[in-house]
Amino acid sequence: MSGEKQFISGDEAVALAVKQAKPHVIAAYPITPQTIVVERLADYVEEGELESKYMYVESEHSALSALFGASGVGARTFTATSSQGLLYMAECLHFTSGGRYPIVMMNANRSLALPWSIFGDQRDSLSQRDAGWIQLYVENVQEAYDSIFHAYRIAEDPRVMTPVMVNLDGFILTHTYELLETLPQEQADAFIPYADYANCIKFDEENPMNIAITGGPLLNMEFRFQQQRAMNDALKVIEETDKAFGELTGRTYGGGLVEAYRCEDAEVVLLSLGSLCGTIHVVVDEYRKAGKKVGLLKLRSFRPFPVDKVAEALSGARAVGVVEKDISFGYEGAVYSEVNSALIKKGLCPLTRNYVGGLGGRNFSKEDICGMFDDLLEGAPADSVQFVNLRGDIDYGNEC
Amino acid sequence: MNRPKMNPPQAGGKMKLPVGPNAPGGYLMDVSSGMRVFRPVIDQEKCVHCLRCFLVCPDGTIDKSGEQLEIDYDYCKGCGICAHECKVKAIEMIMEGDA
Amino acid sequence: MAMNAKTIPNEEMFYGHKACGGCGGSLTVRLAMKVLGKKSIGVYPPNCMSTVGFIYPHMCYFGNATTAPFAASGAVMSGLRAGADALGHEDWHVYCMAGDGGTADIGIQALSGAIDRNDRVIYICYDNEAYMNTGIQKSGLTPTGTRTTNTPAGSNIHGAIQPKKRIFEIVAAHGIPYAATASVGYPEDYLRKLEKAAACPGTSFIHVLAPCPTGWQAPSEITIELAKEAVDTGMWFLAEYENGQYHLNKNPKEFASIEAYLKKQGRFSHMVQADFDELAAQRDEQWGRMRAEWCD
Repeated sequence: MSGEKQFISGDEAVALAVKQAKPHVIAAYPITPQTIVVERLADYVEEGELESKYMYVESEHSALSALFGASGVGARTFTATSSQGLLYMAECLHFTSGGRYPIVMMNANRSLALPWSIFGDQRDSLSQRDAGWIQLYVENVQEAYDSIFHAYRIAEDPRVMTPVMVNLDGFILTHTYELLETLPQEQADAFIPYADYANCIKFDEENPMNIAITGGPLLNMEFRFQQQRAMNDALKVIEETDKAFGELTGRTYGGGLVEAYRCEDAEVVLLSLGSLCGTIHVVVDEYRKAGKKVGLLKLRSFRPFPVDKVAEALSGARAVGVVEKDISFGYEGAVYSEVNSALIKKGLCPLTRNYVGGLGGRNFSKEDICGMFDDLLEGAPADSVQFVNLRGDIDYGNEC
Repeated sequence: MNRPKMNPPQAGGKMKLPVGPNAPGGYLMDVSSGMRVFRPVIDQEKCVHCLRCFLVCPDGTIDKSGEQLEIDYDYCKGCGICAHECKVKAIEMIMEGDA
Repeated sequence: MAMNAKTIPNEEMFYGHKACGGCGGSLTVRLAMKVLGKKSIGVYPPNCMSTVGFIYPHMCYFGNATTAPFAASGAVMSGLRAGADALGHEDWHVYCMAGDGGTADIGIQALSGAIDRNDRVIYICYDNEAYMNTGIQKSGLTPTGTRTTNTPAGSNIHGAIQPKKRIFEIVAAHGIPYAATASVGYPEDYLRKLEKAAACPGTSFIHVLAPCPTGWQAPSEITIELAKEAVDTGMWFLAEYENGQYHLNKNPKEFASIEAYLKKQGRFSHMVQADFDELAAQRDEQWGRMRAEWCD
């Protein structure tokens, strides 16, 4: 059985998937470019298509705090945010992951102030690497839609019980219209059946629960180790989820963790995440036609980080470029550090370079991608971190 | 005495960690009596059962369920509010050790 | 049925906690849980009450309870309410026990949001007039002249400068269905207000004065006495706001001596006559306004 086709934007696709996931409670605060999601969900509630408690909250901090409360009594929940809003939630990100609440959130990847910008890059979510959330990055509207179903199934798996953040590139994906194949409702219901959470208040007068409690030096470490185990288990659950979803719909995402495209015999591989993978995909095909052995490795799960899958896909490459919309000032892009670490762990030492670009919404063109492949095919730039597409007409003043 | 009792886990075996920091409510691992310097003692002859002490005890250690008021000395901290608030001076604070 | 010492349950729901002896805050919790009963969920943001009650595996709340991000008591309550309602448990109470700083300072945004949504939750602020859990620092509800560890009473700083924020009126200005002030010095009045809050169909708010022997530097046995004297001296007031109207529950013809009340507390031990006069002037100004605007 296949679903209907719709021409729909990334934000709208997420809202549609959330409607089908039937969360009990939705709490979100508007922020560009996420706002359409909360608007559509409000429409669904208004039209009676969705029976959620839709909460008007006064901030992102309150949005996630409210969902912390709702999950605490076992309600299925959803929120969406972006950029400054995600940072404003930062405290609650740790609260909810530490409490093991299976909240699902959509994040529209957007630049962080200052300088102020509403346009996209991935510095918001990547800066929250250590918040204990599972982070998925999606490439297109279909994957954004499908990943919401994945997210609920992964988050609520008793082995995982960890919140999931589904990341869409701001504007590039949130506002772009593409053809979407929807999931029939009965399949959605069967794929993510709701069941009570083990760690919540049960409304049992005689057996009260104290939740989100203090863990001092005697037990704090053990709860952290438990989180680490759950995150490691999530690697397996993400793969199982992709497989199960594939059996249902015919759509898979490379096994869930990474999607390797023409990597088997590739000499040079570009690794990236999010919508940029679509552009790289096109360039790979063109280069392959021209007899150049290049490939693409799409990182779908940033946390948990799939060390084995990344190393396996890159094991034959002579050179690897990590293309990301992120920079950790004073070092390099966060994804680049992770990839190098994975390679070393597996005894691999291809030449690696970091292509940092797309910051604050700067475009990544096909030509930029070609430039990276050409660089890596012909040798490599001397500096490991390359800022892509920097303007040449800027005087930065005194340099030391 | 109708008050919760300390119930520390038995030694031996492994402790089962809950999923995340959550636990059944109302589970006492130790007592509070070590905080006490002065012990309140009720003179049952003088007590008129007005329940003022029961009402204002911050620790809830005065049990009103029996014929006479009873203090749970496991959890009384000896703050002295009960004696100070007693309208008929039926509660005396006595130094621990002298009691 | 009126709630009083005879009618409230004997069963304790907040027991074995590690609060200091004579803690006014723990009494506000204990009495609230007796009124709200077992079908309730309590939210305890970071403050003494969560610190002394939630140290795993020594669990002192014999009812459902959770901690919360400091700034988010109102929002966590709203989420619990939404979750409980969505799952068919509309008859459960959701309440919080936030301190003065957790209410008037860091928590004011989430408090405002909860009232704005008119979610059926009971916000209880236990006010001991400073951040006691971190070791006595000034909050927005610390009275003028109070010596705290970040408002030392020397010649330059001379204790806390500003009077208490009028949080009861800030809350009332939202048009909240029910708000009240209370004091552990008048426990029956507090119980009555808890009952009203429990019956309120929308958001309710109770601001309870709850002395802290440690932070107020006063003997542990006089907690109730101080809380009563605060009302009798006019330094605190018992009032309600409902149906859009303020009502003074206690309007003393004459106030007891402020000086005697303050001198029982080490936190005011640096005060001289001019300080007493200033606090009396503040009190008279506030009561003049309350009597003019809140009385029929």
